[in-house]
Amino acid sequence: MPRNSRSVLPGFGLSLGITCTYLSLMVLVPLATVFTRTADLTGAEFWNTITDPRVMASYRVTFGASFLAALVNTVFGLLVAWVLVRYRFPGRRLVDAMVDLPFALPTAVAGIALTTLYASNGWVGSLLEPLGMKVSYTWIGITVALIFIGLPFVVRTVQPVLDDLEVEVEEAAASLGARRWQTFTRVVFPSVAPALLTGFALAFARAIGEYGSVVFISGNMPMKTEIVPLLIITKLEQYDYAGATAVALVMLVASFALLLTINLLQWAARRRAVV
Amino acid sequence: MATSVMDRPSITAPRAVSRATAESRVVRWTLIGVALVFLALVLVLPLALVFVQAFSKGLPVYWEAITEPDALSAAKLTLLVASIAVPINLIFGVAAAWCISKFEFRGKHLLITLIDLPFAVSPVISGMIFVLLFGAHGWFGSWMSEHGIKIIFAVPGIVLATTFVTAPFIARELIPLMQEQGSEEEEAAIVLGASGWQTFSRVTLPNIKWGLLYGLILCNARAMGEFGAVSVVSGHIRGETNTLPLHVEILYNEYAFAASFAVASVLTLLALVTLALKTLVEWQQRRALADRPHAADTPERIAA
Repeated sequence: MPRNSRSVLPGFGLSLGITCTYLSLMVLVPLATVFTRTADLTGAEFWNTITDPRVMASYRVTFGASFLAALVNTVFGLLVAWVLVRYRFPGRRLVDAMVDLPFALPTAVAGIALTTLYASNGWVGSLLEPLGMKVSYTWIGITVALIFIGLPFVVRTVQPVLDDLEVEVEEAAASLGARRWQTFTRVVFPSVAPALLTGFALAFARAIGEYGSVVFISGNMPMKTEIVPLLIITKLEQYDYAGATAVALVMLVASFALLLTINLLQWAARRRAVV
Repeated sequence: MATSVMDRPSITAPRAVSRATAESRVVRWTLIGVALVFLALVLVLPLALVFVQAFSKGLPVYWEAITEPDALSAAKLTLLVASIAVPINLIFGVAAAWCISKFEFRGKHLLITLIDLPFAVSPVISGMIFVLLFGAHGWFGSWMSEHGIKIIFAVPGIVLATTFVTAPFIARELIPLMQEQGSEEEEAAIVLGASGWQTFSRVTLPNIKWGLLYGLILCNARAMGEFGAVSVVSGHIRGETNTLPLHVEILYNEYAFAASFAVASVLTLLALVTLALKTLVEWQQRRALADRPHAADTPERIAA
């Protein structure tokens, strides 16, 4: 392997050394504990821990609410990205900057703000209460918090793709007699679909691990509104380390599978862009 | 401006074009309206609520909440943690970006994936792994208690968990930027006799400064705002292992809502400053890119 033999630049050994040492000590060794700790359990114990009814219920809450929130974000994220890229209106730049708020705002702050907003005496909650809709302390509240957290992932993934889209293609479609809606569904949408899927996966991946913004609004009722990250913390506080790591292992595997999917999606999208 | 020859085609032509590749006025404003209402509901309302609640009991209560000793010690700890975690990840980020963008080697893609790993891990699990390592029942637990070293439920644990969570930020900003810029300029400097350090500080650094700043801002915001990971390792000891986000939680759970939102408003201001700086840096970066003769298209940027 011609290992950088052509490069005249110095610092390869040093920078690679720092990178690998740091990653090993700071990331890989700590993460390995999840796997070694789980190995303390027998296969049957492991299986019973991760399929316990309360744990199963928390998977349903976490994955269900995350999926729903990512879906809502996909629809509205595309709309927001479209409006920001295609239209000019007063305050557009401010709105554009605001989209990143969920990245910048500490999750605990988002959590208490959303809980107060959607509580039965809150600004929005008091409007929904007469309609018989409770948001705070239900799974709807969890979904609302996850929508907040996930929105920028979809917008920021779709936005550059929409930006790069060539108007000529749309003009060609129009000149061939396509109506605007046809141009959108047959020309524009297929080109942004991979980015949209990536955005969905990113928002979903972030949502299944989310803790800070959800824990206040969820009510944390076992079997009903208890999310997996909270269950892990509960097990840790009871010094049930083996149980906590077993559930954490399930979540890690799910997250890594998602990370792999996202990388494959981006790789496929890039290859399509080159061809 | 008003040459009639120029005017006439522009009356008809754009209209035809606009009908073909743009939406009608009604559709356009409906879409803008729906998007803005959605963003107002999701983003602006929570933001406004933080400040309204923070000042709901008046200015004296607000001031008391953010200047009482526990709040001040939480603020100090938050600053301390960020001042350790951010520089460590700055060194890591620059080193990682240098070897990945300037050299070809086997396993590069694996390395990039590994750098992203902390983003894929739930904050709660990020905290838990350090409890498994250094907690009372952890790998090094008994050894450390013999030697009187305390990491979990103490400041070092908070620093470790925060450093883990924020590890990818700067590397992630720099890698695509430096890959796009290539290494011709650095190679020229070396060939002309500059030392490695001179090359980095006089050639590379000016080229990447905006991206670097951008990464630093994001890294710092997350370091100061991290909640889940820190919550697991902190032990919530008031005045000792409480960061600002944890202090917000404690006050909220004690039903001291106005005080809780007062402290939260400080963190919200930090977030707004972060957003403003980020926008400014993006703007500078775009200008710097536009100035470069062979500027590529807008860098593929997936904020995370």
